[in-house]
Amino acid sequence: MYVTPENTAAGQDRFVGHSSWFRYSSPQTFFPLAGKLAPWFAVAALLLAAAGLYLGFFVAPTDRQQGEAYRIIFIHVPAAWMSMFIYVVMAFWAGMGLTFNTRLSGMMASALAPTGALFTFLALWSGSLWGKPTWGTWWVWDARLTSELILLFLYFGFMALQAAIDDPRRADKAGAVLALTGVINIPIIYFSVQWWNTLHQGASVSLNSAPTMAATMFAGMMVMVLALWMYSIAASLMRVRCIILERERDSQWVAEYASGQT
Amino acid sequence: MNWASWSDFLAMGGYALYVWGSYGVVFGLLTMEIVLLILRKRSILRELMRSAARRGLQ
Repeated sequence: MYVTPENTAAGQDRFVGHSSWFRYSSPQTFFPLAGKLAPWFAVAALLLAAAGLYLGFFVAPTDRQQGEAYRIIFIHVPAAWMSMFIYVVMAFWAGMGLTFNTRLSGMMASALAPTGALFTFLALWSGSLWGKPTWGTWWVWDARLTSELILLFLYFGFMALQAAIDDPRRADKAGAVLALTGVINIPIIYFSVQWWNTLHQGASVSLNSAPTMAATMFAGMMVMVLALWMYSIAASLMRVRCIILERERDSQWVAEYASGQT
Repeated sequence: MNWASWSDFLAMGGYALYVWGSYGVVFGLLTMEIVLLILRKRSILRELMRSAARRGLQ
């Protein structure tokens, strides 16, 4: 491979530095910005979670059919939505990295994967604890549950593939191909309850009809969605900072930053 | 108000295991993720300073 300014790290930054639109796609400029923003997103997540839990446990009424067991909805549905949403955002950044060859895009994709995998696990976990009292079983191989489990394996596959490749730029490219291929699973999860006969109930909330639940239940659920959204942004900004430091460890600015931290 | 007392709240109408089992694991693991991220950044910085010190000695 010929070494041109574009495929060295420094050349890349010069290359994207031409346009102010791409200014924050340089890890060096994004690192302090992410550090400033992360605590604010974390505080927003805490406040929204407090409000959402208050609505969910103290304002929303008891469900006539399910009793108090239904209160799992306030964490289960937000976690499940985030598990799918984070995957789409991860695939978006992976695709941006493939298209524009910007280093930060791949780092963002890598930073999102563990948080997405965590929410996928939490959606499965809380769903299992909800299924036992309402369906009488912890697990069933229906389309919704199975496709969500496949999502967990897609996250694991993405992380394992990236961990197995030493060169970070090549790891980004390989991971991007896997992430983009796996996007097909997202509509399958979402529409599984319509396409197949599932034990899992249909969507309680959709764009073209009123939510099939009490207004206070709906409000509590949406506030919890916002809380987990803010949490995800905070966690992935914190992780992308770690990834930037690890990958740019030999650069002058990281050395200066590290010596300024004592 | 849905609950007559604290114990009524904690009992969750007989579903305490399922409801608290969900919320406990969610908030436990989310807190753990943030703690691990803080520790990861610290250990990177420690290592960077060690290697800077090594370079300084040479």
